Amino acid sequence: MASPIRILLAKVGLDGHDRGVKVVARALRDAGMDVIYSGLHRTPDEVVTAAIQEDVDVLGVSLLSGVQMTVFPKIFARLKQEGANDMIVVAGGVMPDEDVVALKKMGVSEVLLQDTPPEKIVSRLRELVAQRGAR
Amino acid sequence: MNQMVDPKSLEKVAEEVADWERTEVAAFLRKQRERREQFFTTGDIPVKRVYTAADVAHIPLEDIGLPGRFPFTRGPYPTMYRSRHWTMRQIAGFGTGEDTNKRFKYLIKQGQTGLSTDFDMPTLMGYDSDDPMSDGEVGREGVAIDTLADMEALYDGIDLENISVSMTINPSAWILLAMYIANAKKRGLDLHKLSGTIQADILKEYMAQKEYCFPIANSVRIVRDCITYCAEHTRRYNPINISGYHISEAGASPLQEAAFTLANGIVYVEEVLKTGMEVDKFAPRLAFYFVSQGDFFEEIAKFRAARRVWAKIMKTRFGAKNPDSMRLRFHCQTAAATLTKPQYQINIVRTALQALSAVLGGCQSLHTNGYDEAFAIPTEEAMRMALRTQQIIAEEINVSNVVDPIGGSYFVENLTSEYEKRILEILDYVDANGGTIKLIEEGWFQKQIADFAYEIALRKQTGEKPVIGVNRFADEDEIHDIETHPYDPKTAERQIARTKRVRATRDAAKHATLMERLVATARDDRQNILPVTIEAVENGATMGEIVGALKKLWGTYRETPVF
Repeated sequence: MASPIRILLAKVGLDGHDRGVKVVARALRDAGMDVIYSGLHRTPDEVVTAAIQEDVDVLGVSLLSGVQMTVFPKIFARLKQEGANDMIVVAGGVMPDEDVVALKKMGVSEVLLQDTPPEKIVSRLRELVAQRGAR
Repeated sequence: MNQMVDPKSLEKVAEEVADWERTEVAAFLRKQRERREQFFTTGDIPVKRVYTAADVAHIPLEDIGLPGRFPFTRGPYPTMYRSRHWTMRQIAGFGTGEDTNKRFKYLIKQGQTGLSTDFDMPTLMGYDSDDPMSDGEVGREGVAIDTLADMEALYDGIDLENISVSMTINPSAWILLAMYIANAKKRGLDLHKLSGTIQADILKEYMAQKEYCFPIANSVRIVRDCITYCAEHTRRYNPINISGYHISEAGASPLQEAAFTLANGIVYVEEVLKTGMEVDKFAPRLAFYFVSQGDFFEEIAKFRAARRVWAKIMKTRFGAKNPDSMRLRFHCQTAAATLTKPQYQINIVRTALQALSAVLGGCQSLHTNGYDEAFAIPTEEAMRMALRTQQIIAEEINVSNVVDPIGGSYFVENLTSEYEKRILEILDYVDANGGTIKLIEEGWFQKQIADFAYEIALRKQTGEKPVIGVNRFADEDEIHDIETHPYDPKTAERQIARTKRVRATRDAAKHATLMERLVATARDDRQNILPVTIEAVENGATMGEIVGALKKLWGTYRETPVF
């Protein structure tokens, strides 16, 4: 049997809105994934370091403070610096459409907006990990 | 048994209901089933097919009472909106003080009657705009305030003796209060004429919104200091807004929102009483803040029950004598978490209905959300639409001509009393298990909130909880045609320039002395931290410097997340 998908869910910056990230954490855990949650108020460097140390398949970053266009470039720069280019990065939260497009261009594999059904998040992450293939 | 129905007619009512169930209802159900086996409120309280006089017979008539009279179920004031409409208080905040000042003046011109200020994340969390933690966040989701100079720009040209100003801020609230007072002094205003509020409800931060700087005990002491300071120096100012809104937005049920908020209120009263201040000296200025969610009648019952329970707590638990101490007054905001990105225009309808339940529930001030808030912070146009929604409710549809028009509704009176009972059960549980602060430390409230949030997410997924445009009547091909609030990329630069100028031009020796005095005052929790903070900000101390110095003394807070 394949080992379960490992995911780090993270809150970056000063934003304290954690309703969504906790719902997602629980849905993924109920779906049999290994879920690590960073807790609040982390820096981009901290979450990338944790993602690499924990050897996760997916790094999910939740933001409801509008700072996505500051945070994600820092995350990708750090991932590149660490040579972790195969990390699947997913964003979640409240953001305008133009940022969704820009984030995908930057390398974010999926942007999960508010009210995305938990089942859909589970299946989308499984799909992304399957597409990436074994490491 | 109350006097709404006399016992004889009550028996007749019960008989008639039973007969009706056997005949009309049974016959109809054979032709057409009901949509569900059982119906519940959003907060999971079962509701019956119909309510009659029999369902209110157990309610003591004096619990329903009259508006402006204990226990205030029907409203805090005897004439309510017949005298004056609720304060229309649209929140605003972005960029620098000057940017938000322009929005305030626009809103006042549009007929808004109170101000409400949203601060950016660094300000909310006690960081200066040039702190590395503030990168990307300066002026983005609210206005950036580092120094008194920013505060002066924010309220420039606004008549602070005649318009009430709310500041949505918590762990660093006392610093903004200090700046607000310093600004008023500088302008030569009468401090006893200042009206408005800082939110300063730190306990719900640990429960729900998660904006905090210091450990719980130190934070609660600051709240206490704000309450006692205002009781002496700014008699019309509300030093706290005890808030359920964020508890609800974090996922709590309406019942949990009401109960947890009142639990927090009890802690603040207890803390101030420990200083020896009489309850009637400060309790009249304790203000509340609730959400108006989507379940129309449940929300009305929630507001009415919260007023009744608080009145009884103040009278019996704390021995208040002044009715003002028992009179729960609240600000209300429609529920941001119910707004959808798909078919975003329909958010106007959601907001209007939520606003109507706030008004029928007797709110004292109201913010209606912008239709575009599932995208970003609202545009001027979205705020104008939201304000017009309130104005229609106030002026076109006559709901404000009668006080508590829902009073006496069999259903709502029954639900109000059910709410009272269930709120008291939760408060008893909290008391029996070591009190609010202990249960926050144990993550009990956080777990309750997370559980309900998860439950709601699953109900939306199955469609059990319909959300129009999302799980009902969704439009897959929708393209959003919307212009969202623009963020000026030069905001941080403009903001930081002023902060640096203030630091460079202030009296450095005096600053050092004041910061030492601040820390010494903080160390001795019998002292009030406000006076020295006012002096420090008058001399140009920044928010980040003040919070930083106290973090060194008190430490910070990191929660163990529960989900």
